[in-house]
Amino acid sequence: MKLLEFLKRERRKSASVAKERLQIIVAHQRSQRGQPDYMPLLERELLEVIRRYVHVDDDAIQISLDSEDNCSVLELNVTLPKS
Amino acid sequence: MAKIIVVTSGKGGVGKTTSAAAISTGLALRGKKTVVIDFDVGLRNLDLIMGCERRVVYDLVNVIQGEAGLNQALIRDKRVENLFILPASQTRDKDALTQEGVAEILEKLQEDFDFILCDSPAGIERGAQLAMYFADEAIVVTNPEVSSVRDSDRILGLLASKTRRAEQGEDPIKEHLLVTRYNPERVTSGDMLTLDDIREILAINLLGLIPESEAVLRASNQGVPVTHDISSDAGQAYSDTVSRLLGEDMPLRFHELQRKGLLSRMFGGGRR
Repeated sequence: MKLLEFLKRERRKSASVAKERLQIIVAHQRSQRGQPDYMPLLERELLEVIRRYVHVDDDAIQISLDSEDNCSVLELNVTLPKS
Repeated sequence: MAKIIVVTSGKGGVGKTTSAAAISTGLALRGKKTVVIDFDVGLRNLDLIMGCERRVVYDLVNVIQGEAGLNQALIRDKRVENLFILPASQTRDKDALTQEGVAEILEKLQEDFDFILCDSPAGIERGAQLAMYFADEAIVVTNPEVSSVRDSDRILGLLASKTRRAEQGEDPIKEHLLVTRYNPERVTSGDMLTLDDIREILAINLLGLIPESEAVLRASNQGVPVTHDISSDAGQAYSDTVSRLLGEDMPLRFHELQRKGLLSRMFGGGRR
């Protein structure tokens, strides 16, 4: 009986799992919306350059491009480990 | 001046062509002069769904390349007055489509049609981008399923950036959500994303909800757009969708589980 309930509950959850996963991936997708196609590559290469000097994690780098009226600002945030 | 509407989705197999055929039929049945264009060069299927596959002589690419006139390529629908189909090419590769060529065709069609529906191919490449480029409105067809919802969101991103309206800083394309293959039974049992989940994630205006229905396959088997099957749930749902597209206020149907009557329980009546 317990097993049956367990199975039932597991199945009931699949739609809400789907929703959660979608919310995360869609938010991520939207954060990249409108940015130039070269951004992911730029991010990766910047990370490589930094790593030649300091070891940082993949998620230690945050990059964003904000457009204002007549210029764009590339913001780069790197969290360095305590040395 | 015709309104240009793209039927798009990103993901394949969600019901773009079925919807383009059903909605254009619905518009023509309301007296709107409508043309539906297949942009899926190399994999044309709209002609089959519309039931005019044996009457295709010239296609979109022929017109773009100047091998045929627009009026030679347009196929008049057998069932509804005011409805025309412009088929895609089956043999050419998709590079045969050019932005200038498409612009020219749309411009000509806009003169004497009320609605131009562009049936987009799946994916986000050239054919799909050209299908959406000149659109005034977009119908984003989405299934209650993770990959479809994600791809729809990608398409929304493209609609907001890679289209004429976006590039020229005009009013943005009006985006509509069309949820297809919705199964209230599975939603109730928790195995399918609910309509509200999808609306919350995509955050665009809901145009319609089409329940998963046996009538859709029956319609495509026969080459008769499902809108003609007015006794079917899908046919009625598409008809409601067309009404909303024309600005009417229609209550939502088919999104809740129908309680089965004694008879259908006894005789196992399926979905209509």
